[in-house]
Amino acid sequence: MKKAIAYLLLTAAALVMLYPLLWLLGASFKTNDEIFSSVWFMPPRIEMSVYGRAWQTVTPYTMGHYFFNTFKIIIPKTVFAVLSSVIVAYGFARFDFPFKRICLTLLMCSMFMPSIVTILPKYLMWNEMGLINTYVPLTLPSLFACEGSFVFILIQFLRGIPKEFDEAAKIDGCGTLATLFFVLVPCIKPAVISIAVFTFLWTMNDFLSPLIMIHSVEKYPLSLALRLSVDSTGQGYEQRSIIAMSVIGLIPSIAVFSLAQKKFVSGITMGGLSG
Amino acid sequence: MKTHTFRNPVGTGKYTGLLLVSPFIIGFALFTLYPFVCSFVLGLTDYDRITPPRFIGLENFSRMLSDSTFLTAVGVTFRYAAILVPLKLLVSLGTALLLNMELKGIGVYRTAFYIPSILGSNLAVVIMWQFLFTSGGLADQLLKAMGLSPVSWYGEPLPAMFMIVLLRLWEFGSTMIIFLTALRDIPKELYEAAKVDGCGGVRSFFSITLPQLKNVLFINFVLQVIAAMQEFNAPYMITGGAPMNSTYTLGMLIYDEMFRFGDAGYANAVSWVMSVLIGAVVALMYKVTGRMRGDEQ
Repeated sequence: MKKAIAYLLLTAAALVMLYPLLWLLGASFKTNDEIFSSVWFMPPRIEMSVYGRAWQTVTPYTMGHYFFNTFKIIIPKTVFAVLSSVIVAYGFARFDFPFKRICLTLLMCSMFMPSIVTILPKYLMWNEMGLINTYVPLTLPSLFACEGSFVFILIQFLRGIPKEFDEAAKIDGCGTLATLFFVLVPCIKPAVISIAVFTFLWTMNDFLSPLIMIHSVEKYPLSLALRLSVDSTGQGYEQRSIIAMSVIGLIPSIAVFSLAQKKFVSGITMGGLSG
Repeated sequence: MKTHTFRNPVGTGKYTGLLLVSPFIIGFALFTLYPFVCSFVLGLTDYDRITPPRFIGLENFSRMLSDSTFLTAVGVTFRYAAILVPLKLLVSLGTALLLNMELKGIGVYRTAFYIPSILGSNLAVVIMWQFLFTSGGLADQLLKAMGLSPVSWYGEPLPAMFMIVLLRLWEFGSTMIIFLTALRDIPKELYEAAKVDGCGGVRSFFSITLPQLKNVLFINFVLQVIAAMQEFNAPYMITGGAPMNSTYTLGMLIYDEMFRFGDAGYANAVSWVMSVLIGAVVALMYKVTGRMRGDEQ
């Protein structure tokens, strides 16, 4: 009985949670009148042509161009974040060194530092170096393990691996770094995948940093392109093109999440931290 | 013995660990510490980003006290956090408790609740929200179906705030996952012992579950407060701070001062005050919950 109520509540809640997304998908096929006349998400007809128009966008470039820009940020950023976080976490999890406690405290601080406080000086700093309107400010910091939560997840996972693994690797002639990459990293794959997935998702979602750092439309990532499209279309404009753009914009995140979901479920337990 | 070799460039000595974590230390100095200090120093200057900064002491800080826009933004930010954070924690904990009741097919529900939070502040979601709440949109149609009159979501302060709170509430999945993991870690024996002692469901919630969750509760609280007090995307895109600045958050004020009015000195001073405010809220909560958290350890 208790379980029946729980199921009922959960199902109702899940429907409420997912309905806006369904509605968005449906609305991409509706005319302006239809959008505002029914709460039911199903469109009366499905014409794919709207997606063709959405892909062209009202801006000078197609969505393909903006996707390409986004990936020019995401790919280096993900590689950098994974590599640097793994190395730093390895240092914390397996070695004793002077000032270790202080370093761990700093790591904690970096997690709780509000990003909006540091973004203005960072802008001025990049501006000084003439790197505004390039992807450097958006990608380079990831090379320095700037996400404290990532390092913490990896430390947790690394601590779960018996030290005997390291010793066996050492006897087999593995150096310090070889031990990490050939022995330990394969053991903590779920955590590494979670980090990669989160970097992907957060970068897809990021709006403020590109808004501040990127100024020319040609270099806009998807989020800025979406805003530009909203801003440059008026009330009378066919709303479904914008809606279809939004649907396209959500597809990469949902796809990556679905693909990785099974593998990273154990990783999100900790990684949910700053979602 | 030689510790650094070609095959083992980082060595195995006392400083190997330090060498491995050095990227973080450099990154922290460059991208966290330096900007933080820099923001305070610039806060003491008059700086329009064209002419060099001119030292003016605490003038920016005293200007804040008489700047009605700033005071409104502080009020809005605190009100927003005070409404959103408890609601979000409550909903996340409630859902996590439901999901923790050994039901079948839990994975499906977990995914359903988690998806909105991974989409997070994706601009597409924010645009979707705009559509849901435009005049005559889905929200109004639902109200109409229930026999209520439509609400002027963008025209009235309270509904406008509600709209943004609801968007962030919709993204409660990641908070819920943290609760769910912590719930799984509570030893089952505790509940069994409580049952033997004649503890009911409600009582064991308050005397076992809640105390066991205290650390996670605190972490979730801190993360949510930090996120809420920095809110920028949703009000910037959805309401633009309107009506009558009732959704104009500190995040927006900082952005505007810096990039629209070109007043970098003032913007930095405000952002520094904001981080102190966030720190104060977190410290206060730490103190308040300190006894509760200390009891059980």
